[in-house]
Amino acid sequence: MKIGIIIEREYLTRVKKRSFLLITFLAPIFFAALMFLPALLMTQADKFDEKKTIAVVDESTMFIGKIDDTDFNTFIYLDNDIDDAKNLVKEGVYDGVLYIPGTMLNVPTNAEIYSEKQIPMSVTSHIRSSMKNVVERQKMLASGIDPEIVKASATSINVQTIRMSEKDGEQKSFSEFEFILGLFLAVIIYFVIFIFGSQVMRGVIEEKTNRIIEVIVSSVKPFELMMGKIIGIALVGLTQFLIWGVLTLAISGIASTFLPTQDVFSAGTVMSEPIAEMGVETTDAGTMTKVFEVINSINFKDILWCFILYFIGGYFLYSAMFAAVGAAVDNETDTQQFVTPISLLLVIPMVCSSVIATAPDSSFALWMSMIPFTSPVGMMLRIPFGVPIWQVAVSVVILFITFIVFTWLASKVYRTGILMYGKKVSWKEIFRWIKY
Amino acid sequence: MDFLEINNVSKSYGTKKVLNDISIKVPQQSIYGLLGPNGAGKTTLIRILNQITMPDTGQVLLNGNPLTPNDIANIGYLPEERGLYKKMKVGEQAIYLAQLKGMTKKEADKRLRHWFVKFGIASWWDKKVEELSKGMQQKVQFIVTVIHEPKLLIFDEPFSGFDPINVNLLKNEILELRDKGATILFSTHNMASVEELCDNIMLINKGEKILEGSVYDIKQRFKNHSYDVVYRPFDGTGETHLTVSSTNPNELISDIISKGELVSFNEILPSMNEIFINLVSSSNQ
Repeated sequence: MKIGIIIEREYLTRVKKRSFLLITFLAPIFFAALMFLPALLMTQADKFDEKKTIAVVDESTMFIGKIDDTDFNTFIYLDNDIDDAKNLVKEGVYDGVLYIPGTMLNVPTNAEIYSEKQIPMSVTSHIRSSMKNVVERQKMLASGIDPEIVKASATSINVQTIRMSEKDGEQKSFSEFEFILGLFLAVIIYFVIFIFGSQVMRGVIEEKTNRIIEVIVSSVKPFELMMGKIIGIALVGLTQFLIWGVLTLAISGIASTFLPTQDVFSAGTVMSEPIAEMGVETTDAGTMTKVFEVINSINFKDILWCFILYFIGGYFLYSAMFAAVGAAVDNETDTQQFVTPISLLLVIPMVCSSVIATAPDSSFALWMSMIPFTSPVGMMLRIPFGVPIWQVAVSVVILFITFIVFTWLASKVYRTGILMYGKKVSWKEIFRWIKY
Repeated sequence: MDFLEINNVSKSYGTKKVLNDISIKVPQQSIYGLLGPNGAGKTTLIRILNQITMPDTGQVLLNGNPLTPNDIANIGYLPEERGLYKKMKVGEQAIYLAQLKGMTKKEADKRLRHWFVKFGIASWWDKKVEELSKGMQQKVQFIVTVIHEPKLLIFDEPFSGFDPINVNLLKNEILELRDKGATILFSTHNMASVEELCDNIMLINKGEKILEGSVYDIKQRFKNHSYDVVYRPFDGTGETHLTVSSTNPNELISDIISKGELVSFNEILPSMNEIFINLVSSSNQ
């Protein structure tokens, strides 16, 4: 089989390139670093934090003794005036001085911290929440409300979304996580279709500008050459995914031995603390546990299969079009007028990604995951939420039929285009070639 | 025995007729020159022989049988516009192209190494193509064209880009290939090499055949009966050159001998170059 020889060449020349090895082996290390570095830093955070002693000059006298010491910070209450305290900071006795000016009103709401070095955000947020408690309590008492009652009546409502599916029974879902996963998958499939599709185009242009094409088409049919190139590059992509998969598993395996799971959990809570203190809705400590529960409930194997199916379908569809473009032009600079409209088709679902992922069962999302030009990205956005199997089946069948039709059309353009030199080709011309 | 036979082949692109009812017969083990100005339809005809494009009407017979896809292994084609993958190693690439012609990897490797030694480029086997000079790349392309020992060889401007020494090397190779049994179709604008190599030629212009035959016959047909004469007159004025037109050379010679001593007497045959220019410009009017 001659197509086998072509596939072999297309595959081997790319896999043996230094840039391929570099990207294949460095990318997962980079991703793993992105995933684990923040967690690692969080667990090691106390080693970076220095203990700070902060003087408090409280002219309002409302907060004396009300700001608690923390693991890292000690608060010393002074009777000196603020200028004295500032001098003490300059002499290095204290790391900073918190100055609460006295006010004519009952409730002071401003404070200042003077220091030589920048005071960490965790210290200011601790001070802020402590002062807030004091002031609020004061206000409640003034209005005759017992703060204890308010405290007792605070309630946290937990709404759990549970999806019912016939196959797996009931599953707890956590749509933020699925949203992010869907977006992640969509971005990946978008990029790989583009990257490998344009590799096909560049390969075709190379053969045409090198004039090697004439020698080759006297030995094989143009269709065989085009398909050999497309399949060969697809295999390069799949090889890369396979290596990435294995490396990711290996690296996360190694990383998790250094980083016991308990630490990851606490890292999660550490991360959520500053957010909570900044006034965002309180995240309770169980959130991370829930996230892990949801992660376990997602069927990653099915998602992986879908990803590979849609990569193959989407890649073949777009690379056939890219191959036709490569054959029609004389050099890479002429490709723009043809590549732009083709890439727009793929960009549409990316632009609509948040609309699709926030309402994955809407009819718009359904259409986006059925139309073959948008379905690879559209379906990736929906898939983590769970998509009925019949929808996936119909969408994949439509995608594969379209790619067969487009490969056939593209091969007609390709056949004529590769032997045509020195001619600026228009869209009209390309449609005429299809009719030959 | 005619190894290649083209019968009434026509081809149009849109409304433009590129080939109009072309028929030729190429005897086995001969070199056949395909001549014509740029845009005459030579490349289209060659592409039809290589089954890159199909004729609208007409038929191509190879060894008496219509062309089939299997004949790819019987044809070697060196296109005018030729190139190689720049980033690929020379040896690897030659093996790849030989495999596409239906050879096994092992067989291709063996024969290629032999040819590389013969052409003095053995040390370039593991170099990348982009490191080779243009002439060396041309040598590689020539080797790849003949490596599968095809029965029909098609050379389109084979000598372009070669220095005189390598042109000579190539000419000898082409003659040797013919002597070993190959039939060769040869397209060029270099009329000197046509006279040197070709047994028969065809001249086409604007898709029409305007001349066909053996090089000898054509020259005879287009001669204008002029002679180049050198003689020493009896009056002792020294050697005299004359170009004389005459339909009766015997009469001319006896006339000259009566006036002096004949030194040389040659018929002036038109060069292929002149015939080409005259025919093409008159058919363009």
